[in-house]
Amino acid sequence: MTAYLLARAGQSLLAVACVLALVFFMVRLTGDPSVVMLPQDASREDVARFREAMGFDRPLAVQFGDFARRALVGDFGKSLQYRTSAWSLIMERLPATLELAAAAMSFAILVAVPLGILAATRPGSIWDGLAQGVALLGQALPAYWVGLILILVLSVELNLLPVAGRSGWASLVMPMITLGMGTLGRLAQLARSVMRDALGQDYVRTARAKGLAPRAVHYRHALKNAAIPLVTLIGVNFGYMLGGAVLIESVFSYPGIGRLAAQAIFQRDFPLVQAVAFFASLVVILVNLATDLVYGLVNPQVRLQ
Amino acid sequence: MSRARRPWLSAGAGLILLVLLAAGLAPILAPHPPGLQDLARSQQPPAWVEGGSWGNPLGTDHLGRDVLSRILYGSRVSLVVGAGGVGLALALGLLVGLLAGYLRGWVDDVAMRLCDVQLSLPYLLFVIAIVGVLGPSLRNVVLVFGVADFPLFARMTRGETLRLRAAPFVEAAVATGASHARILLRHVLPNMAGVLLVVSAFEMAAMILYEAGVGFLGLSVPPTIPSWGNMLADGRNYLTTSWWIATFPGLAIVVGTLGINLLGNRLRRA
Repeated sequence: MTAYLLARAGQSLLAVACVLALVFFMVRLTGDPSVVMLPQDASREDVARFREAMGFDRPLAVQFGDFARRALVGDFGKSLQYRTSAWSLIMERLPATLELAAAAMSFAILVAVPLGILAATRPGSIWDGLAQGVALLGQALPAYWVGLILILVLSVELNLLPVAGRSGWASLVMPMITLGMGTLGRLAQLARSVMRDALGQDYVRTARAKGLAPRAVHYRHALKNAAIPLVTLIGVNFGYMLGGAVLIESVFSYPGIGRLAAQAIFQRDFPLVQAVAFFASLVVILVNLATDLVYGLVNPQVRLQ
Repeated sequence: MSRARRPWLSAGAGLILLVLLAAGLAPILAPHPPGLQDLARSQQPPAWVEGGSWGNPLGTDHLGRDVLSRILYGSRVSLVVGAGGVGLALALGLLVGLLAGYLRGWVDDVAMRLCDVQLSLPYLLFVIAIVGVLGPSLRNVVLVFGVADFPLFARMTRGETLRLRAAPFVEAAVATGASHARILLRHVLPNMAGVLLVVSAFEMAAMILYEAGVGFLGLSVPPTIPSWGNMLADGRNYLTTSWWIATFPGLAIVVGTLGINLLGNRLRRA
């Protein structure tokens, strides 16, 4: 178990190091980060002054060392548009994003898992068709466009829900559906296939033979054993939702981290972009690590590998 | 191939054909030049809605440009990004994956660790940020999508290479003294074509979705080029007054991605 923990933690550290390098070089892809960050009509003197103020005139290795050391304590400098600490801007937006991600994930799980189970236990039924249809649409529909259509129908035409912003549960409904639909499709598909496998196993036959009710067999015996791939998928997608709901938050002008990122990129506020990119990656890495550690605890087979 | 499965294949192929025809025949099919502005006829509704006319079958946008014509031309951007991005990702992925799976050792370790890292990052955020740094252009979008997506192909290729390396016909080729290049190109590569084709299809659909999403944020191709993403971005601002500007390009995206996904599902089962 210790070896598994160490190996897994080492992998995560490597990932953090790679992200730091990626975020550092991201603004240097075109050469001079000063040119990337300043408006196009900035004078040559302004660029020179900015370069010196930001320390971009120092050797690259020195800059990277300094950047990495400060990044690890959450110091990405000041946002160019807000003139305050980039990290604190992210922390301000975190509760909104957390709320939306939790709602979207709950929505996806509560619809997809029962649907997947119904589809697996009744092959060829209308539920089976529905699960496959949901899986296909989740993959093929552009969620941001579905968001626009929902606004058009539910807000503009029927006047049922607020168009945008964050004001109570009603404003959460449409962002929740659109952010959750992709995960819902993938989860329904996966739940259907893992449950089908599980239902063919001997322990399920035993449970049935001893006269357990179908519901108990499906949820308590089969689902529990089929849960690991589902938990992985949920973990990975939850990480993405927390860090990268860029499009959905923009569609609904939802004041979370994703919209902050979109605006920062649009305004060429690159210290803030770097901070968000690092934060989002860190969240994904940590959620993945947590997911893997949970398995290691639950499933002895994993730690032996 | 059973008859019952056939309709799925033809539905997918039909939708893809529709997009290909739109892209290829855009100059013939489009009723107007896609960039032609006519402010006197701005925000005209589709023909079947009151006030619409068959001169602009799907209506016009806020600058009086014909929505149908722009959708037809816009399919070209989506296809170029989808095909170009997947092509680049496939080429890089094949190179890295074949080397990693064939050479093993430290090459394999380093390549796969880096692929793991990249596959665990918030893809869309980085893609948008890097296109933001490089500046919005068709070339940059294809480049960034291709590079960002290649680890997936590298990992698939490596897995298949490992599997095929142990296959009897590869051992036989080694025994006959075939060169490394010959073994890889004549024996290993052709046998993984099917798997890679399926992944390519799904990735192409995903890239079309992402490109339109990046365009929707105003960060993909420049606004002068008609693309489905740019049209969505325009339409969003006129959602309450002119629903057709955002609705039809979205439907066009659905036709493309649904077609590719249907075909991909069919290929996967085959």
